[in-house]
Amino acid sequence: MAHTAHRLARAVITPTTIVLAVIVAIAVYFIVQRYLYGLGAVTNINPGYPWGTWVVVDIVIGTALGCGGFAMALLVYVFNRGEYHPLVRPALLGALFGYTLGGFAVLFDLGRYWQAYNLVLPWYTNLNSVMVEIALCVMAYILVLWIEFSPTVLERFGWSGLRRFVERWMFVVLALGVLLPTMHQSSLGSALLVMGTKLSPLWFTVWLPLLYVTSALAMGYAIVIFEATVVSESFDLPSEHSLLSKMSTVVGGLAAAWLVFRYGELIWRGDFGYALVGDLKAVMFWIENLLMAFAAIVLLVPAGRASKRASFLAAVALLLSGSLYRLDSYLVGYDPVGNWHYFPSVPELMVTIGVIALEILLFLIFIKAFPVLANARPAARNA
Amino acid sequence: MTLDRRQFLKGAAFSGAAGAATVATGGEAAAVMRPPLDMPEKAIGMLYDSALCIGCKACVDACKSANGMPAEIPSTLAAWNENTWDTGESLSGKTLNVIKVFRSGTAKQKDAEDNGYAFVKRHCLHCVDPSCISVCPVTAMQKDPETGVVTHDPDRCIGCRYCVYGCPFGVPQFDVSDPYGRIQKCQFCNHLLKEGKIPACCDVCPTGASLFGPVVELQGEIDRRLAAEPGTNFVFPRGEIGSDRPPHEQAVPRYKKAVYGLTEAGGTQVRYLAGVPFTSLGLPAVGDISYARLAEGVQHTVYKWMLAPIIGLVGLVFLVRRNAADKSGSEDQA
Ligand code: SF4
Ligand code: SF4
Ligand code: SF4
Repeated sequence: MAHTAHRLARAVITPTTIVLAVIVAIAVYFIVQRYLYGLGAVTNINPGYPWGTWVVVDIVIGTALGCGGFAMALLVYVFNRGEYHPLVRPALLGALFGYTLGGFAVLFDLGRYWQAYNLVLPWYTNLNSVMVEIALCVMAYILVLWIEFSPTVLERFGWSGLRRFVERWMFVVLALGVLLPTMHQSSLGSALLVMGTKLSPLWFTVWLPLLYVTSALAMGYAIVIFEATVVSESFDLPSEHSLLSKMSTVVGGLAAAWLVFRYGELIWRGDFGYALVGDLKAVMFWIENLLMAFAAIVLLVPAGRASKRASFLAAVALLLSGSLYRLDSYLVGYDPVGNWHYFPSVPELMVTIGVIALEILLFLIFIKAFPVLANARPAARNA
Repeated sequence: MTLDRRQFLKGAAFSGAAGAATVATGGEAAAVMRPPLDMPEKAIGMLYDSALCIGCKACVDACKSANGMPAEIPSTLAAWNENTWDTGESLSGKTLNVIKVFRSGTAKQKDAEDNGYAFVKRHCLHCVDPSCISVCPVTAMQKDPETGVVTHDPDRCIGCRYCVYGCPFGVPQFDVSDPYGRIQKCQFCNHLLKEGKIPACCDVCPTGASLFGPVVELQGEIDRRLAAEPGTNFVFPRGEIGSDRPPHEQAVPRYKKAVYGLTEAGGTQVRYLAGVPFTSLGLPAVGDISYARLAEGVQHTVYKWMLAPIIGLVGLVFLVRRNAADKSGSEDQA
C-alpha cells in the first residue's frame, strides 16, 4: 500500500506566483494602515456589525476550507481506507496554510492585539465562552498540522533520525488531528447559539454545531477534489480522477445527509415559512441549498462522478455552498440592534483576498520544495 | 405575583412576538439549556420612565462628565457644529448613554403612537444573565455578586468584539477609529457607587424619569404606576427611590401595560415604562430567555469534564495506531 510522493520539478517564480505576491503585498499595505489608524480606517465594521470578512471569511470560512487534512485523516486513518493515502499530503498542506493564516488573521482583527496573550492565561479563561474552546483548539490544531506535515520536510532534508522519532508517535498526533477539528468546527456553529433572536430561524437552531462540523467535513473532501484537479490540470500531471471519483460517493452522501437533516429539522420545528418570504435571507438560503443539492446529485449519480468536469463543478458548488452557509449564518442571517448595514470595504476585501493569495502562494512553493504530490513523478509527462 | 404578571404580559402584543421567537428554538433547546441565573438579592437598578422623560439630555451630559467621555460630533453635523455641542446619535465608543426620539406623523402629542413622539434612553441594561459575560473569552466582563452591576476591565480585553456581537441589546461598543481602542459600555457609574453616590444620569434627571434604587423597590414603583388611574395626580420620586429628595408631582401618564426588562433576555436590572410600544422606541424584541443559557448548555453538555473528547481521543488513537502502520508513503520506501 505504500506509495511515494515527489517534489514537483518546476520553476518557483512564475507569472502566477508573481501576481500572487503582488496581491499579498497590497494586503500587507492595508494591514499596516490598520495598525496605524485603527480597524475603522480599513474595514467597514460598525457598532451593528462588529465582525466583518476578516472574521467570517478568514477564520470561519478559511478554516472550513482547510478541513482537507481533517477529512482525509478521518477517511484514511480512522476508516482505514488506505487507497486514498496519495491524497493525504496535499490535503495536509492545504490545511496547514488555511489554518495557520486563519490563526494569523486573528491577530490583525483583534482590537487589542497587544493583550492577545490573555487568551492563554488560565486565570483569565472563561470556560463558558465558546470562543475559548475555538481559540485554544485551533491553536493546538495548527501545531498538530505542522507536526503531521513535518516528516515531509524532514524527508526532504534527509533528517531520518528525527523523522523516525516523529513518525513513531505520529498516531497520537493523527488522532488529535481528527479530534480537534471535530471540536472547533462544531464550536464555530455553537458560537452562534448566543445570538438567539438576532439570528434568523433559517440558521438559528440548537443543531448548529452538528450542521457546522458535518458541512466542514464535506468541504474538506470537496477541497481535496478541487485542489487535486487544479494541480493536475495546471501542471499537466497524470489525473487522480479515478481515486477522486471513488471518494465522491462519500462526499455526495455527506452533502445529501446534511441537506435532509437541515430541511427536516427546519420543517419539524415549524420555521420553514421563513424560506418562502422572498427576502434576501430566504434567497441566500435557497442559493446555499441548491448548490449543495447540485453537488450531492452530481456526486451520487454514477455518470456525474465519472465525469472529471462534472465532479469538479460539484466540488466547487459544495465549497460555495458551505462558504455561503457560514457567511449567511454570521452576517446575512443576522439582524443587528439598530439600523446598521455592512458591506466590506475594498481595502478590507483586499486583505482577505491577500490572505487567500498567500495560502495559494505558499502551497505552490511547498509542492515544488517538498515531496508532497504522489503524481508528480519525474517522468510524469511520459506516463 | 411574578407569574401573574408574566401571564398578563403574554397577552400584550409585544411580548407575544418575543415569546414566539423564543419558542422557535424547538424542544431540544429547552432540554440542554443550563438553568437561568438568579438576580442578586440586593441588586440595584434603574427605572427609566419614557413618559416622564422630557428629552433634556441632562443625563447624557452628566454621563459624559462623570465617565470622562469625549463629545461626539457625527460627520453629518460637523459643518455647523465646531466641537462645541455633543450630538451623538447612538451608542458608540464615545457615548455610553444616549436619548433618542420616536416620531410619527405630525409628532404633536407626547407619548402617542399616532402623530406623537416619545423619548427613549439607551445604555446597558445590566442583565440578570448577561450574554456579554458568557461570551467573553478572558472574563473581561464581570457581574458584581452583590449589586449585579456589569463592569468591563479593559486590561483583560483582547478586543475580539464577541460581546458587541452577542449582546441582545446592542450595548457594548468598540471605537474602531482608535488604533488602541477599547470596549465602552455603561458600568452603572460603578466608581460613583463605590463613593456612596448614585449614577450620574439619575442624579441629574429633573423629572425622575431615570430613577435609581434596589430592583425590588423599583419594581414596586413600576407596579404602583401601572395600577394608578391615568390622569390622576401622582408623586414621582427623583434621583433615588426612597431618598429625601423633593419628588415631582404630575398626572399619571397613559402607560402601555408592559414592563421592558422584566423578562427580556432573562430579566434586566434596568427596566422601562413607556406610553408607546417598546418596539416603536427601538427596544429590540429579544425573547424571554438569556441565550447564554443555550450556548453554555450545549457547550457544557458536549464538554462535560472533557469526557467525550477524552473517550474520543482514546478511540481515535487506537484506530489510527492500527490503521496507520502501513501508510507512511515516503520517497525512501520506494
Ligand atoms: S445589556 Fe448587553 S452589555 Fe449590558 S449586561 Fe446585558 S448583555 Fe451585557
Ligand atoms: S471584546 Fe473584550 S470584553 Fe468583549 S468579548 Fe472580547 S475580550 Fe471580552
Ligand atoms: S449609569 Fe452612569 S454610565 Fe450608565 S448611563 Fe447613567 S450616567 Fe452613564
